[in-house]
Amino acid sequence: MSTTTVTVTTAAAAQPRPWLTTAIIWALLLTVPVWLPMLGGYTALAGRVLVLGLAAMSFNLLLGFTGVMSFGHAAYFGLGAYGAGLTLKYLTPSTPLAILAGVLLGGVAGTLFGPLIVRRRGVYFAMVTVAFGQIAFYVAYSWDSLTGGYDGLRGFSRAPLNLGFTTVDIVNNATTFYYFLLVVFGVATGLQALLLASPFGRTLVAIRENERRARFLGIPIERHIWMSFSISCAFTALAGALYALLNNFADPMGLHYSLSGEIVIMTVMGGMRAFWGPLVGAALFVVLQDYISSMTVNWMSFVGLIFVLVVLFFPRGLLGMLQKGTGK
Amino acid sequence: MLQLVLFNVTNGLIIGAFYVLMALGLSLILNLSNVINFAHGNFLALGGYFAYVLTPYIGFWGALLVSPILTAIFGFIIERLMIRRVYMRDPVYSLLLTFGLAFIIQDVCRYIWGPNGLPMSIPDTLATPLSADLFFITWYRIFMVAIVIAAVTGLFLFLRHTRVGIRIRAGTLDLDTVSVLGVNVGMLRSFNFAVGSLLAGLAGVLAAGQIGLNPNMGDDLLMPSFIAIIVGGVGSLTGTLFGGLLIGVAGALTTVFWPAASEAVIYVIMLVVLILRPRGLMGEEGLMT
Repeated sequence: MSTTTVTVTTAAAAQPRPWLTTAIIWALLLTVPVWLPMLGGYTALAGRVLVLGLAAMSFNLLLGFTGVMSFGHAAYFGLGAYGAGLTLKYLTPSTPLAILAGVLLGGVAGTLFGPLIVRRRGVYFAMVTVAFGQIAFYVAYSWDSLTGGYDGLRGFSRAPLNLGFTTVDIVNNATTFYYFLLVVFGVATGLQALLLASPFGRTLVAIRENERRARFLGIPIERHIWMSFSISCAFTALAGALYALLNNFADPMGLHYSLSGEIVIMTVMGGMRAFWGPLVGAALFVVLQDYISSMTVNWMSFVGLIFVLVVLFFPRGLLGMLQKGTGK
Repeated sequence: MLQLVLFNVTNGLIIGAFYVLMALGLSLILNLSNVINFAHGNFLALGGYFAYVLTPYIGFWGALLVSPILTAIFGFIIERLMIRRVYMRDPVYSLLLTFGLAFIIQDVCRYIWGPNGLPMSIPDTLATPLSADLFFITWYRIFMVAIVIAAVTGLFLFLRHTRVGIRIRAGTLDLDTVSVLGVNVGMLRSFNFAVGSLLAGLAGVLAAGQIGLNPNMGDDLLMPSFIAIIVGGVGSLTGTLFGGLLIGVAGALTTVFWPAASEAVIYVIMLVVLILRPRGLMGEEGLMT
């Protein structure tokens, strides 16, 4: 019993000054349209970072805070994208409803699939989730008439936001759209932080630290992992829906397991034990990938090299190393 | 109609044979080292390309023998250099490592041999069909199935009757005890990884003769191989064998009646198995958790 308490408190103390990291990150995020063009970046790149960062942070609810590893999160990301895209194209030109539809599609899929995997651990959890994730890929790929098949879903566009008293133009103004993404991102990550600070979130960390002890304490492990998985999938689907809005496009590669792998490497690269780690990892990965693919056609080798180097030499991730440096 | 069904059952058995070779290699590595080798499909492609390079010098038969061995040596080196460094860590690292390797190997193959498909020549005697009625069964297909049967039989005999094979099986059950009994577990794992790579390389040579070469030739086999393992039951090589054949034939038979669903049907089989019998057809209780 005492061991559990000790490990859980060290996990909480792993972030010595969480408010400082949070403050720096928000200061940077809020001022992106000011400093990014000076460094030669473009605002859409920042949008990609936010969206993939949200996906990685949602994924990290499972990997970093529950201790189970899904290797099929691209499926829920893609379902969110297709849910939003199909809603905009066939049902109603409303951005909030499109996002809601995407979240529901991905969240419900994750919730239905959850019970089949909650008893598995480690690599077996990964193997079943990756295989299951490919179902969504094949459905999107084969169902030509609805999804556009291999070419992806086109012919939809995000709609202006109607707030009642005013209409926000997120269609043509890239900066306004960035701030729209940032608001959604802020709400979502705020909810995640509240969730992790709640008794439920502390229980998830207890399961991660020592599943057997948690079970002895009477915690229903399977139900907690199921809930964590469903919540994680719903947030990932939210990121996917935003991605569809960002590109006005949804394609089957957004469901493919190679994206799942990228979400995992972003998380590990930034630091899976830090709340903001996945966002930092996503920023690093997106910028590196953008830079490398503009320099060479052999970008796959370099991306692969990133995977190998991170695993062999930087397994704690960037924030993990920084926090180690500042002392626990 | 009968001919159509027969045609597809033959196809299914051949695809299933490839799934079996891939999945048995993956399964060996998974059982002993608890690593999913995402680069296994790329090992297969490497085996094919080795054969492509060697055939002009030592002929098809020589390449059939040498390429899998080269692939095994490659696998051995990769395991020694990288993969064994992550055994003691969270399984997420081994997944990411092999995932990155898959990217690199695929890109290097594309860089060296080009992005387009390359043909691979096979001996004329193998390229002819059996008869006019059975035009879809070439001698090469019979030959592939025979080789796969020989390889699988060889693997099972190796695991059952040789000292190393018995150690591998024992390590699958309890690696710590095997280690305490004085076996060099690190070398055992490297060797086991090489055996898995050998099977992938062999599948690569055979596949190259059937469909030619391209840098992603193994990718389409990776997911079905995972499913073969899940359906057959983790921990059981016999299960993996039947799982591979089952989904191969099921996929091919679906092509007769509903071509669009031929890819999907193996996932449906996986779902049904996961719901009705979570440990897999021949898996042991508790191993999957």
